[in-house]
Amino acid sequence: MPNNKNETTGLIGWIDERFPLSSFIKNHLTEYYAPKNFNFWYFFGALALFVFVMQILTGIFLTMHYKPDAALAFASVEYIMRDVSFGWLIRYLHSTGASLFFVVIYLHMFKGLMYGSYKKPRELLWLFGVLIFLLLMAEAFFGYLLPWGQMSYWGAQVIVNLFATIPFIGPDLAEWVRGDYLVSDATLNRFFAFHVIALPLALAGLIFGHLIALHEVGSNNPDGVEIKAVKDKKTGIPLDGIPFHPYYTVKDLIGLSVFLIVFASIVFFAPEMGGYFLEHNNFVPANPLVTPDHIAPVWYFTPFYSILRAVPPILNSQFPGVAAMGLSVMIFFLVPWLDKSPVRSIRYKGLLYKKWLTAFVLSFFVLGYLGTVPSNIWGQFNSLLPLLGGGDVATFVARIFTAIYFSFFIFMPYYSKKDKTKKVPNRVTMP
Amino acid sequence: MKKLILVICLLITSHLSLGAGDIQLLKAPVNLEDKKSLQRGARNFVNYCLNCHSASYMRYNQLQLIGLSEETIKKDLLFTSDKIGNPMSISMDAVDAKKWFGAPPPNLTVTARSRGADWIYSYLRSFYRDPSREMGWNNAVYKNSAMPHILWELQGEQILDQKTKKLSLKVPGKLSTKDYNQFVGDITNYMVFMAEPNQQKRKQIGYYVLAFLLLLLVLAINLKKEYWKDIK
Repeated sequence: MPNNKNETTGLIGWIDERFPLSSFIKNHLTEYYAPKNFNFWYFFGALALFVFVMQILTGIFLTMHYKPDAALAFASVEYIMRDVSFGWLIRYLHSTGASLFFVVIYLHMFKGLMYGSYKKPRELLWLFGVLIFLLLMAEAFFGYLLPWGQMSYWGAQVIVNLFATIPFIGPDLAEWVRGDYLVSDATLNRFFAFHVIALPLALAGLIFGHLIALHEVGSNNPDGVEIKAVKDKKTGIPLDGIPFHPYYTVKDLIGLSVFLIVFASIVFFAPEMGGYFLEHNNFVPANPLVTPDHIAPVWYFTPFYSILRAVPPILNSQFPGVAAMGLSVMIFFLVPWLDKSPVRSIRYKGLLYKKWLTAFVLSFFVLGYLGTVPSNIWGQFNSLLPLLGGGDVATFVARIFTAIYFSFFIFMPYYSKKDKTKKVPNRVTMP
Repeated sequence: MKKLILVICLLITSHLSLGAGDIQLLKAPVNLEDKKSLQRGARNFVNYCLNCHSASYMRYNQLQLIGLSEETIKKDLLFTSDKIGNPMSISMDAVDAKKWFGAPPPNLTVTARSRGADWIYSYLRSFYRDPSREMGWNNAVYKNSAMPHILWELQGEQILDQKTKKLSLKVPGKLSTKDYNQFVGDITNYMVFMAEPNQQKRKQIGYYVLAFLLLLLVLAINLKKEYWKDIK
């Protein structure tokens, strides 16, 4: 006689009497109703979860062979690449995974901006997401020091020195973060600890929270229509909802296959990705006495790095640039309250929002590109020009696009209200 | 989707600056399928480079990947060590080396990945006589390089025309220009192999993985179609 509400018997029944196994599967998979009109943009959340799990798994195997010691780290990575059986594969999966994690996350965030997935009641879901993004940046930064190459070393040196620009407490804070007067063995050891345990643990917790929040409010969709508003009278199931499993599990399998094809093409045929995923200079062991000519962070940090470089120092302090860089990430937290539009999705927003979003994406790409190159790449203005004379052209361009980047957020309350919106249908539309 | 394509285009078209100087680099004749070239390169590398430069992330027994037998490696190449499983290290002390050359000769195991094959090939071809330098040599690719021209007996002596920035052979060496270019080409080819000994295997496996994934994609598309039949 079944003794639980799912009326299961046998082993599953035994478990269900003691643990909500069947209820969990129902609530989150077989009876979790997702809108039926998801397009390909909705692959990236699941893909991000997949990459996270893969980074953990490959990371475990790398940790078995890696030595977090300034004297041994570089050689231990080469040991993994040569002497560990399929170590090269594990390492390339991890290094490519790091870059593709950001590709997937950026696309996932762009989807949120397009379809207004941060609007009520999904504000907290969005906040969890931004927090995950923030910690992911920290995770990537700590991890990048571990190969102990020149770019690892000097990249870390530059970023930690950013803290030193904070008024009053800066220099002491930077020293406290490094555990030394310069990036050294002590820094490597603590970054290793953060990279392999502290941040992955925090990320796992936040991802859990992100999913719980998602399943509480339900998924948004490309139309921005609330599917819970129109339910079947008898069953109470949203008319536009379909069970996540099997419909979206099989659909996500397509997304995963395409993603894996891209992933494998990079891992097996271009693991350095032309110096963007693995920088050339990082094949030179870290040397505290030799500063590289050009220090560029990995590509996924370059839009923010550009903003840092674009802001001129005030009163000989670099802090305004650092503050602007911090703000350029933190400002995403405010988006749910900056958007005053009555509609969610870009499909029913007017031309104004579309223009602003395009300008924002463009500025993200331009700043991203400029962050990978030295600021004198486009030469200097003619010294006779008033105001601009002698200044770097690229820096000037970066300043303009930094202004556009921030304007997208700052003027959002204004243009989202003024924008002419279209009427939102009651039900979702299928492509 | 358009944005995705844009990202990819951006990634492919623009390159990070490597600080190669103003000289145009020569295209290195890299061909990892050419086992004979790799074997000649390994021999040249061990004979000429592996006295001052170490390649200590590389083990001798990995030379089996370029078609050398264990016996051949032991007989012909094992000068700096006695066991085939040992790394290609050298006995020169780094502190002494710094005293003698001004800078310790770098470990060359992964130099092909940091500098690139073209740089190495061009560097080895661009030594010229410069009496103002302590060693009497300078390099057009890497100005004021601390390294003397180890291969001068083979290449001969080049001079640099300060106006045109062109190198010309003044005193011929033991090898013809063509043979010398092949000699350093082989070394470069070998260094590309040494920088990542598993790269051929990596590409081979890659084709199988992609074939499998394409099959998975076809299956996934059909599975989805089957399940989604009733969704309108």
